Amino acid sequence: MPIIEAKNLTKVFGKNAKQALELLDKGLTKEEILKKTGSTVGVNRASFTVEEGEIFVIMGLSGSGKSTLVRLINRLIEPTEGNMYINGQDLAKMDKQQLRQVRREKLGMVFQRFALFPNRTVLQNTEYGLEIQKVPKEERAKKATEALKLVGLEGYLDQKPDQLSGGMQQRVGLARALANDPEVLLMDEAFSALDPLIRKDMQDELIDLQSTMKKTIIFITHDLDEALRLGDRIALMKDGSIVQIGTPEEILMNPANDYVERFVEDVDRSKILTAEHIMKRPETINVEKHGPRVALERMKEAGISSILAVDSKRNLKGYVTADDASEAIKNDVRDISEILRTDIKQVEKDTPMNEIFTIINGSPIPTAVVENERLVGIIVRGAVIAALAGESEVESHHA
Amino acid sequence: MLKEWFTEGIPIADWTESVTDFITETFEFIFDPIKEHFGSFMEFTSDSLTSIPPVIVIVLVALIAFFVSGKKLGLTAFSIVGLWLIHNQGLWEHLMDTFTLVLLASLLSVIIGVPVGILMSKSKTTEAIIKPILDFMQTMPAFVYLIPAVAFFGIGMVPGVFASLIFATPPTVRFTNLGIRQVSKELVEASEAFGSTGMQKLIKVELPMAKATIMAGINQTVMLALSMVVTASMIGAPGLGREVLSALQRAQVGTGFVAGIGIVILAIIIDRFTQSANSKE
Repeated sequence: MPIIEAKNLTKVFGKNAKQALELLDKGLTKEEILKKTGSTVGVNRASFTVEEGEIFVIMGLSGSGKSTLVRLINRLIEPTEGNMYINGQDLAKMDKQQLRQVRREKLGMVFQRFALFPNRTVLQNTEYGLEIQKVPKEERAKKATEALKLVGLEGYLDQKPDQLSGGMQQRVGLARALANDPEVLLMDEAFSALDPLIRKDMQDELIDLQSTMKKTIIFITHDLDEALRLGDRIALMKDGSIVQIGTPEEILMNPANDYVERFVEDVDRSKILTAEHIMKRPETINVEKHGPRVALERMKEAGISSILAVDSKRNLKGYVTADDASEAIKNDVRDISEILRTDIKQVEKDTPMNEIFTIINGSPIPTAVVENERLVGIIVRGAVIAALAGESEVESHHA
Repeated sequence: MLKEWFTEGIPIADWTESVTDFITETFEFIFDPIKEHFGSFMEFTSDSLTSIPPVIVIVLVALIAFFVSGKKLGLTAFSIVGLWLIHNQGLWEHLMDTFTLVLLASLLSVIIGVPVGILMSKSKTTEAIIKPILDFMQTMPAFVYLIPAVAFFGIGMVPGVFASLIFATPPTVRFTNLGIRQVSKELVEASEAFGSTGMQKLIKVELPMAKATIMAGINQTVMLALSMVVTASMIGAPGLGREVLSALQRAQVGTGFVAGIGIVILAIIIDRFTQSANSKE
């Protein structure tokens, strides 16, 4: 079961909500409805699911309704229509008491401009969520200190927020949300107010935190690079509607419409970078010398599940998977050529990134990069996305 | 009927009078005990203050002045010289009466004004209803509500407090309303997003954030209450105001000036004290 499920979530701001909803049914646009009824459609029938442990990015330009949508998730804004299920319970139908309980236990929120309480110290800010649940003083101090440790601020407990830099303030914001140990973190443009370098650090840290804590994160951003770096899946919004939901690759490769395409075009790194820029030094075995045991040993060492096979001239011959290799060892097969697979995808060294997408998509094993038949590198899927999202260390992979 | 009104005028004055009479008679059972108990409480307060030797009061005020002004000597020196001067002019007892009047009127204004301001900030309808009432309270000449004040509470300190209350409460209400409405929307959202109850949001976020504004309103309230002492003396409230009034009635410029100076000195001290409560932190 998905942890979050939104069904036709709709928000109309203004007085003639009912009329606006009817017009929406008739397929009128946001502008037409504004003209006819004076009501603004904030979010138009947004439906999506978020799985546990996923980073779900909601992306759109300002005015696209993404901030409204995130506030419909924890009902800071009352939906005009639709359902918002969290663990199967409909938030839209809850009374105040139940809603508070869900907010306290399940939903943490991080704000664009940090929203730290200026009259409270870093520790007191972090304790806020626990304090209102009447958690005993010592216990909440302990939990808050732990949360601050997670974000690397254990030395700043007694500072006031305005004594900290923007990046540090947002760490406090993150710690405050984490201290409650919520199941879902809502992050509303959480890094948008930070300068680019700090932002990138925070993104990396968030990914680290997420991989250790396994939180479900709903991240709002207007920045495609950020969406690509963070998102397991991305929902693109325009004029209050979700126009496409998909993995970063799906969105880059198959833009659902012109709007998405225009967005994606901005990522023009894909036209400048070539395979050479993002390839890694490959782990290989030599088919003329090595058997399944060496192949398995090397895969174990490198922590990979398949390895490329070359001959002594480094001409690409195929690849061997770990499963096949261990099977071969069990059956006492010594000749590597018996388990050699040749259905490998390969690209030339100077293939541009946007072409690599189409080739690499859906392929479970790394793509080989060749130059005149000779193996020069491999490309893993993550590297393509990372490169598009502007990883600065792309160049250093150049072997 | 309508025609009569054109020729005779609407009897608003008569109506008001009968409404006041009605209230006076109907709520006598409330007004009388207030008049009695609150009156004797005020007398007790002012008597207690007067019974403290002036030297001790002056030293205490000077000490407070020293600390609230951030250990500067200006306000301290002013307090000592000012209070000594009032004592020297034989106005000490009047000063204590005035202080009691201002203190109790301000306290009541704050006790009533802050909650009303909070209610006002929470709903547009409440705001729309209360705003014109506040305008009415502040613009209606003070002399006008001295009359019902006397009708309800007789003469003396109690109606004086009542009149001050009407005149001085609006700033506290307005500033509380304003202060809470000005709290950053994101902070309010943050407090809600973590599951605060309405009361938690108010006490832990809104009031602390609005504190400076509310204190500015309270400062205004205290000053207005002080400015009412002369007016209130017309219905028998004792204190420096009565000295000013009697000087006016007898055309004694000198006596009037001295009592006036006393009010000014008290005003400056109270103003600096309430302001420093605001700027601290």
